[in-house]
Amino acid sequence: MYTFSSKLKTLSLVLMLVGVLGIGYGFFTAPKTIQDVETILAADSHGHGDSHDSHAVEKHDAKAEAAHKEHLEHVLHQLQNKPWAALYVACLFVMLISLGALAFYAIQQVAQAGWSPVLFRVMQGVTSYLLPGSIIFFVLLLCSGFHLNHLFVWMNDGVTEVGHENYDHLIAGKSGYLNFPFWIIRAILFLTVWNLYRHYSRKNCLAQDESNDNSFYKKNFKLSAAFLVFFIVSESIMAWDWIMSVDPHWFSTLFGWYVFASFFVSGITAIQMVTIYLKSKGYLENVNSSHIHDLSKFMFGISVFWTYLWFSQFMLIWYSNIPEEVTYFKTRIEHFNLPFFGAVVLNFIFPILLLINTDFKRVFWIIVMAGIIILFGHYVDFFNMIMPATVGDRWFIGIPEIASILFFVGLFIYVVFTALTKAPLVPKRNPFIEESKHFHY
Amino acid sequence: MSSTKVIHAIYNDDDILMDAVKQTKKAHHHIEEVFTPFPVHGLDKAMGIPPTRLAICAFIYGCIGLTVATVMMNYIMIEDWPQDIGGKPSFAYYQNMPAFVPVMFEMTVFFAAHLMVITFYMRSKLWPFKQAENPDVRTTDDHFLMEVSVNNNEDELVKFFQNTGAVEVKVVEKH
Repeated sequence: MYTFSSKLKTLSLVLMLVGVLGIGYGFFTAPKTIQDVETILAADSHGHGDSHDSHAVEKHDAKAEAAHKEHLEHVLHQLQNKPWAALYVACLFVMLISLGALAFYAIQQVAQAGWSPVLFRVMQGVTSYLLPGSIIFFVLLLCSGFHLNHLFVWMNDGVTEVGHENYDHLIAGKSGYLNFPFWIIRAILFLTVWNLYRHYSRKNCLAQDESNDNSFYKKNFKLSAAFLVFFIVSESIMAWDWIMSVDPHWFSTLFGWYVFASFFVSGITAIQMVTIYLKSKGYLENVNSSHIHDLSKFMFGISVFWTYLWFSQFMLIWYSNIPEEVTYFKTRIEHFNLPFFGAVVLNFIFPILLLINTDFKRVFWIIVMAGIIILFGHYVDFFNMIMPATVGDRWFIGIPEIASILFFVGLFIYVVFTALTKAPLVPKRNPFIEESKHFHY
Repeated sequence: MSSTKVIHAIYNDDDILMDAVKQTKKAHHHIEEVFTPFPVHGLDKAMGIPPTRLAICAFIYGCIGLTVATVMMNYIMIEDWPQDIGGKPSFAYYQNMPAFVPVMFEMTVFFAAHLMVITFYMRSKLWPFKQAENPDVRTTDDHFLMEVSVNNNEDELVKFFQNTGAVEVKVVEKH
């Protein structure tokens, strides 16, 4: 049995506290009115010492006045979105880490992998964050639905009403799919089924320990196979709903898999990091360097897979350069140059150079380093997906962003390590457990 | 001049062979070669053969392939005749790079794979019309053969190998 070390517990609580304070600060300092924005922009232009002062000299005809006001409103929405988007990205990313780990766990069950059963309890620990994570995430979705923020443009009043000042022909055409009731029902369905799978799979796994035959194991096998079918469909739709729909004018076919690769590799990395932590504390006597090696190979391979999808999506759109598609990358390359290309360096170049060597895949400090780079890189990846549509060129990785990630990482640590104390770290009667204990590569 | 004789100890089971190899290593007899019909897991470790460096070769070859692809396309598409083909920017390599990546990738894999295979053939001396070096035809089917050099201790060696579970022990003149 694992006991939650008090040091780690304190760390997670401190992270959460700092996170809450920072998130609160982010909301507190976000501009409330157009006047606030005007002072912010004026302060900005003093820094640059250009365009805005010349505005005052210009003749203020009515048209320019209206355009200026529209610009201010636009910036106001972006700045008001900033703490929301920061919260949204962090919440979504950390929840998807545990979903990625859950998908990995289901695959291991269905593939009847002989090496991984000693890691099942670790995986269940990592996936235990799915429930609290999805509850918080669902609340965030509701906040958007009830117009507490402007994360989703297609939720604005009147976008589908002909003649309304917000009317958007393209969004109106998609309103059969992109409407709040349908959207929130899909979210409820996906989150519920994922959590049900996680709940019953864990329950069966624990029941298998006390059982006399393999019936619970077989039940889990069937359950996992069914879950994977549901998962791949719901995952794709989830990616359209929660990520792609912040840019409702844009669409991409391979987006769902691309998002999947991103959080799948993060989930595997999270499993690896927790395994290494527990191993270094002496809790996982059956885990040897071959198990670590296998997880490292997955981290390496799926990192390359992510890059393949990232590049395929980018290159197809760059090559054909169709205006309606390419704006997605134009805004990213113009305003998010460093995070956009930096994500490729973090998620591809570093892992491929660090983890290509067989011996390195067993060296703890190298794996931990690679893992931190991969997790940070995929946070940046999600940042790149959400921020350009919600805050635009007003982005910055400042207090609201860092505080949000700290809060959810703290909560993740707290929930995961609490769950790990609830059951023995080695499944007892798994049919493959003996093979797994003697796994050697 | 040392003897040119070798012992051929023949086994019909890979587990017995593994034990025999370990005993032979322990008794400090020099194993010249082991012939098996299929890869025996862990045999190289038991014999104390150093790990292969083929993967390192492949990595270097891959880097060469990447360089060849980059230099080639930079010369052809950017430096030598930078035409406007369908509006793609050919002012600098990085501007048109996404279009070159498929070639860069394939060349990396091509060089890494083929040069590594050729390296393997050269290092293990394999080529068409090469004289087969099989000491006993049964080793390609269902027998395992360990070849050990003899240094004036012929009787002792024969006895030693008969005790390791060999189905047949022969002393042959090495040619």
